[in-house]
Amino acid sequence: MNRCAVIGIGQTKHAQKRADVSIAGLVREAALAALADAELTFSDIDAVVIGKAPDTFEGVMMPELYLATALGAVGKPMMRVHTAGSVGGSTALVAAHLVQAGVHQRVLTVAFEKQSESEAMWALSPKFPFQPPLLAGAGGYFAPIIRAYMMRSDAPSDVGLQVAVKDRLSALKNPYAHLQMSDITLEMVRNSPMLWDPIRYLETCPSSDGACAMILGDDQAAKRALRPPAWIRGGAMRSEPTMFSGRNLVDPQAGRDCAADLYRQAGITNPRREIDVAEIYVPFSWFEPMWLENLGFAERNQGWRLTMDGTTALNGDLPINPSGGVMATNPIGASGMLRFAEAALQVRGLAGDHQIDGARIAMGHAFGGGSQFFAMWIVGSEPN
Amino acid sequence: MRDVAVISFSQLLVDKAEANDAELVMPVVREALGRAGLQKQDIGFTCSGSSDFLTGMPFSFVGALDAVGPWPPIEESHVEMDGAWALYEAWVRLQHGDIDTALVYAFGRSTLGPIEDILALQLDPYYEAPMWPDATSLAALQARALLDSGRLSDSDKKKATAEPPKIVDGAAAVVLASGDRARKLCSRPAFISGIDHRIESHLLGVRDLSHSVSTEIAAKHAGCFEKSPTFAELHAPYSAQELILCDALKLDKQVTINPSGGAQNNNAVMVAGLIRIGEAATRVSNREADCALAHASSGPCLQQNLICMLEARA
Amino acid sequence: MSDAVKLFKAPIRLEYTIPAGRATSRFCRGLASGRLYGQRCPECKKVNVPPRGACPTCGVPTEEEVLLPDSGTITTFCIINIAFAAQALELPYACASILLDGADSTLFHLIQEVPVAEIRMGMRVRAVWAENKLASLEAIRHFKPTGEPDALASIEGHF
Repeated sequence: MNRCAVIGIGQTKHAQKRADVSIAGLVREAALAALADAELTFSDIDAVVIGKAPDTFEGVMMPELYLATALGAVGKPMMRVHTAGSVGGSTALVAAHLVQAGVHQRVLTVAFEKQSESEAMWALSPKFPFQPPLLAGAGGYFAPIIRAYMMRSDAPSDVGLQVAVKDRLSALKNPYAHLQMSDITLEMVRNSPMLWDPIRYLETCPSSDGACAMILGDDQAAKRALRPPAWIRGGAMRSEPTMFSGRNLVDPQAGRDCAADLYRQAGITNPRREIDVAEIYVPFSWFEPMWLENLGFAERNQGWRLTMDGTTALNGDLPINPSGGVMATNPIGASGMLRFAEAALQVRGLAGDHQIDGARIAMGHAFGGGSQFFAMWIVGSEPN
Repeated sequence: MRDVAVISFSQLLVDKAEANDAELVMPVVREALGRAGLQKQDIGFTCSGSSDFLTGMPFSFVGALDAVGPWPPIEESHVEMDGAWALYEAWVRLQHGDIDTALVYAFGRSTLGPIEDILALQLDPYYEAPMWPDATSLAALQARALLDSGRLSDSDKKKATAEPPKIVDGAAAVVLASGDRARKLCSRPAFISGIDHRIESHLLGVRDLSHSVSTEIAAKHAGCFEKSPTFAELHAPYSAQELILCDALKLDKQVTINPSGGAQNNNAVMVAGLIRIGEAATRVSNREADCALAHASSGPCLQQNLICMLEARA
Repeated sequence: MSDAVKLFKAPIRLEYTIPAGRATSRFCRGLASGRLYGQRCPECKKVNVPPRGACPTCGVPTEEEVLLPDSGTITTFCIINIAFAAQALELPYACASILLDGADSTLFHLIQEVPVAEIRMGMRVRAVWAENKLASLEAIRHFKPTGEPDALASIEGHF
């Protein structure tokens, strides 16, 4: 298997509505930024891999067809990945596979969502036949899982508030982040409306327009890059069914297996000690402690302690989501790729004001569906 | 590149499925695995292809995954494309060398909604889709371009204006295996000697619709022009497209086109391309051919094309 | 560019006729007659409800129908305070995952006839059927507490 590195990264300014650009304009903004970072042009790219969440979000069927021109893919191979919320991560992995397999030297990978052009809530909770319309979006699905975690772990009730504030404060150091809430406080989050009890409004991710792009290259491409590459030290995907008897929704086996495969590839035996920073997919604030456990950073039912004692803060020993994460920016299809890209920025030392000093090993994590699809990678400032 | 072969194939085409997606997929997955002598836990990587717009509901691939029984958790991915591209992703994954087998499947219930209109949503959402050009009208545009090119004989002219395809529901599954594993599991594996795909502009006005440039590039990279296929399975729902593809692939009269009947008789949207690969592989495996060509297409007027060359090896 | 077009509407309307599928069809016919049927997997023997014709963990067809009582235990739940287009329920309302007695997987439905603040994990509930039963989960209007003691132990390992 060939080595693969991230040699260019770009993202859009994320916002609730990017009315200034079309869908093509949005993805192109990210792609051109990634090319500029890599000091390359579209003609240097061998293939394009694009990902996004369901097509019903924008009402464009298989949008890779319409976006081929805008992404300089004409005459080249182009693929479209869709693995629900984990798609941004799995899209990057599919692109990396092309380089690792020796099929291509340089691949452009892009993920996006332009939620303002349609109604995501409608797309997620349409009038499905044969069942009553109950759920009111993703929150209705995830709230019972969070309730189960709260009971199982006996965590204090303000863990969710802490994450909500921490991530929004980190986002202030990220000029691309959607939410810029300089006045956020625990009280403000506590007093925000309880939408899907136990999830409050400010414990929920926003809905954003945005895109993310990366240029992945082989050894040679990485050597020629002028800026430091982020080497992919491991990448893994796992899936399990949505509903089955005895399913552990709080701590899904697919997530555990995915992390185990990832650490094996990257030679990591103690993730808590060996990983410097992690960008993990936290769409509702309580998912931070849940994933800390699922990923092996903490024992079962103990993840919340790392949140409460400041370990996961920007200046903590294991910073989680220094970019502000999904809690500050959520263009659904791109959210996973943003986690992967932010991890790569950290080990390249190019994360700007939210750079973690001395970050050499970083994790990008994404999940989707009913907590059943997982995509993760470990990137490092040096190859394996 | 590592040797990878199609070692088994199963398809199910029905005029109108009574099944849900999982019920539609399960028989083909079980049959393909059974023919390969494998069980689900023997599979290293699973990849599927489908489109949410066929059923009008988001995440249709999620329910279909139940058909595989992904427990304990599996390494799995999905493309919102014809299953032929899922096979491409699996072929790439097998190149890494750490796994030897992959399961690929595709499904589509194309008869649930107004498929002719649904496909209009593949167009530019600002300039073209709002006019709702239906799929057959777009294909007619291409047929007209071909007729007016002056390249056609009288008999081909007649052929270029045949009926639109019959839309059906369907599912298909393919098992891939690498090198020695393929030889162990199958008496005559259909090795993929080359596979490549290319896309063209979405703007119909900037393309010469009477030519398929992307097919030609993909064919070149798949090594098509150095091979002599006995059969070619072409994913051409409309007959004019078959003529354009034969031209791009430089197929002479010796090559039998679509011995399976092709996508004109049974157009299972999102599945038809994978079926072409399965059909071509079957001709190799059952000794009807030493080399066969399979083609898959995506988008209006053959916008994106994939070529897969299959051959027997000693 | 003060005259730039920033928005135009391009409504999409597509009509689909969705067959329920074999398993859901049998399940819905049962509901129309006031009965809840699950399906037992021939391999792992677990009873799945709602049944989907395939055992999600074994990947084998499930044919054997199992008549289930309409009572069960809440494994976990949420209280919804947000209005959205597809529903017309009075806020707040509660939805719960319910482990029906004799089933191994949970069913998602409304919990009513109890103040939302009193709903608990482990609470025992029973279906309240609609008078005019559609061939849909809407044949059950909602679930309501039975008043039996909580059964937390019975939901161990089900969330």
